[in-house]
Amino acid sequence: MIYGYAGSTLRIDLTNEKVIKEPLKQEWVDEYLGGRGFTAKILFDENPPNVEPFDEENIFVIAMGPLSGHFLPASGKTHFCTKSPATGGYGDSNMGGHFGVNMKYAGYDVTIIKGKAKQQSYIFIDDDKVEIRSAEKYWGKGSTKVEEELKNELGEDFQILTIGPAGENLVKFACISHDFGRQAGRIGIGAVLGSKNIKAIAVRGTKSVPVFDPEGLLNKGKETYAACRAKPGFTAWTPQGTAGITDWCNNVGALPTRNFQTSHCDYADKINGQAILDELKITDKGCFACPIPCGKYGYAKTKLGNVYVEGPEYETLSLLGSNCEVKDIHEIAYLNYICDELGIDTCSGGAVVSFALECYEKGFISKEDMGRDVKFGDFESVAHILEIITNRKGIGNALAEGVKGAAEIIGNDSSKFAIHVKGLEWTGYESRNAPGMMLGYMTADIGAHHGRCWVLGNDVAGSADAGNITDLITSQQSASTLSKAKHEHVVPIVIKSQHTRPAFDILGTCRLQYMEIGLEIDYYEDLIYTITGKKIKWDEILKLSEKIWTLNRMYNFREISDFGRKYDYPPARFYEEPIPDGPNEGHYISLDVIDEMLDEYYTARGWDNNGNPTIETLRGFSLN
Amino acid sequence: MPLKFNYETCSGCKACQLVCALQNFKETNPSKSVLNVYGKFPVPGKYYVDVCNQCGECAKICPVEAINMSGNTYLIDYDTCIGCLACVEVCPTKVMRVNQEESTPYKCTDCKQCAEVCPRDALSFE
Repeated sequence: MIYGYAGSTLRIDLTNEKVIKEPLKQEWVDEYLGGRGFTAKILFDENPPNVEPFDEENIFVIAMGPLSGHFLPASGKTHFCTKSPATGGYGDSNMGGHFGVNMKYAGYDVTIIKGKAKQQSYIFIDDDKVEIRSAEKYWGKGSTKVEEELKNELGEDFQILTIGPAGENLVKFACISHDFGRQAGRIGIGAVLGSKNIKAIAVRGTKSVPVFDPEGLLNKGKETYAACRAKPGFTAWTPQGTAGITDWCNNVGALPTRNFQTSHCDYADKINGQAILDELKITDKGCFACPIPCGKYGYAKTKLGNVYVEGPEYETLSLLGSNCEVKDIHEIAYLNYICDELGIDTCSGGAVVSFALECYEKGFISKEDMGRDVKFGDFESVAHILEIITNRKGIGNALAEGVKGAAEIIGNDSSKFAIHVKGLEWTGYESRNAPGMMLGYMTADIGAHHGRCWVLGNDVAGSADAGNITDLITSQQSASTLSKAKHEHVVPIVIKSQHTRPAFDILGTCRLQYMEIGLEIDYYEDLIYTITGKKIKWDEILKLSEKIWTLNRMYNFREISDFGRKYDYPPARFYEEPIPDGPNEGHYISLDVIDEMLDEYYTARGWDNNGNPTIETLRGFSLN
Repeated sequence: MPLKFNYETCSGCKACQLVCALQNFKETNPSKSVLNVYGKFPVPGKYYVDVCNQCGECAKICPVEAINMSGNTYLIDYDTCIGCLACVEVCPTKVMRVNQEESTPYKCTDCKQCAEVCPRDALSFE
């Protein structure tokens, strides 16, 4: 028995239809703690070198952390990992909801799936009972529809994850969906399940997870919930969730608009958090154990139909909204629904569609290839492009590869405005006035994802001390209070963020309570002790986070033949084109500055000029 | 003062189930709790919590009168209980549970931990 952990690893070999349960490796627990630590270690050790992402030998890992499922705020994160179809390197994505905690209550901290099912299948897990079942009747159906049908078939207390038709058709930004609106969206994680002929996983767990000091956890857990409620951030974040940041992002010139051509729009108040409350919301929708339900479940009415949908969250409303110039919150919510049903990541989906719209506008894509006339601002155009991507029809077949792959096919220098890093599309923070944010996107292990680093507040403040995020978003910053962000001294801020934000993915909890709400780190140290019996200081967790960062860098070097510095650059738009209007008009980050930041970043991490960790650095982490 | 649920504010987090099991069993296991949180999605998009409202149906059916009102709460006298589990079947909200190891029923004792912890004030005692 290992306190805090369920205690087992579940291995499913789809090709040979074998299920093996084995004790959770003590080595993993001692050296990598959980979640993202487990997935980094397992992918490096167990995935065959140079395996293709859609090869049946590519493993698919589900991992929970030591805090997952326990009595503390937002302990419901599930971490997924595989070799990414989007980047060809290390890929992980996580989601909230109730799926992973049921995996843990069923007894499994880690699940490793390999091989390919002989027929269209889903995996059924009911505590000790694990079966590979036919999913023939579910194949081709939308994610939410399948979740509803599986719940009707198995029982409401089963938690379901699904892929949509995009995952079945190996769209490289296909997501995993769960709980009628939660997604593990990034890196094409859903396409890897599709490549294995797996439509869904259903789980019900009813077992206990051992706790070192139950009485201590009861007291500390209650204390932690009470502390969360007392924070100003609790009141600031709960009503609108992440969409509450929209106005601030627009005011400081960071809202992606028109395929990242600019960073500001004049209709933000029509697509922001308040618009969601006024126009859409039915209920707040929270993840497991979360006191701050950022999900807003609502009802959208459009001329294409009326739909129930969770969201849109900030990333969705920026990338499917302003970045495609869709200016109506009902229409954005409808597109959110379309993505959920098709099983498309709304971040990458929005970025790919906006790229396609710009290509079409410039004449790089013909009407014949597109299948109809399309334009920015027209949500029916966006819905059409999402559909041809999913079905790989016409130009949709190229777009299904993501903006990097599509630009290689479309040509005409479209790669200059294919907004990605390493093959993963950029998310909702335009960064030409945000050098720290830019560097964070550039150097993230999985590609351009904000979950690895978020320092926009520091960039805007031009300071290492930007205060907490709640203070920022409730402030009245605007063009008149902005100064040109400084690129000097951003490296330590970026590195600190790159270790801190993913640290919560190791523990198996949501970072929002600490990063946004302002819950003190002492609570986490105390909770780790009462749950696991181990006294682990936060600095030790940050050190582990740094080790994982280094390990994933090495995985990318191992798997991508020409990997190195050239994979760490942003698209040319960001260093060649000044922002044309808005608060940051005229701003961009020149190639000289980007190189300067990269040099300093590599040095600080103990990497050589090509971004390769030195032998000394690897030895420092016992990564020999 | 029976436990009361307000579905307008519940966001389905199940913190109530976590604290219930931890308080009463010293375990991390929400399935053991004596309340049940569930959502109805995609339509109508609402959460519900089945709770013990101290209706007394369990006490009425009990053949040996092992369930009796104490203050405002029906409690099980385990010295009298014969483990027939008739009370489990009759519970209208399905929150009379069974201790699988001992084959005995257990129910809400109005410990109030769920209402104390609920971050949405969706649970309260009237």
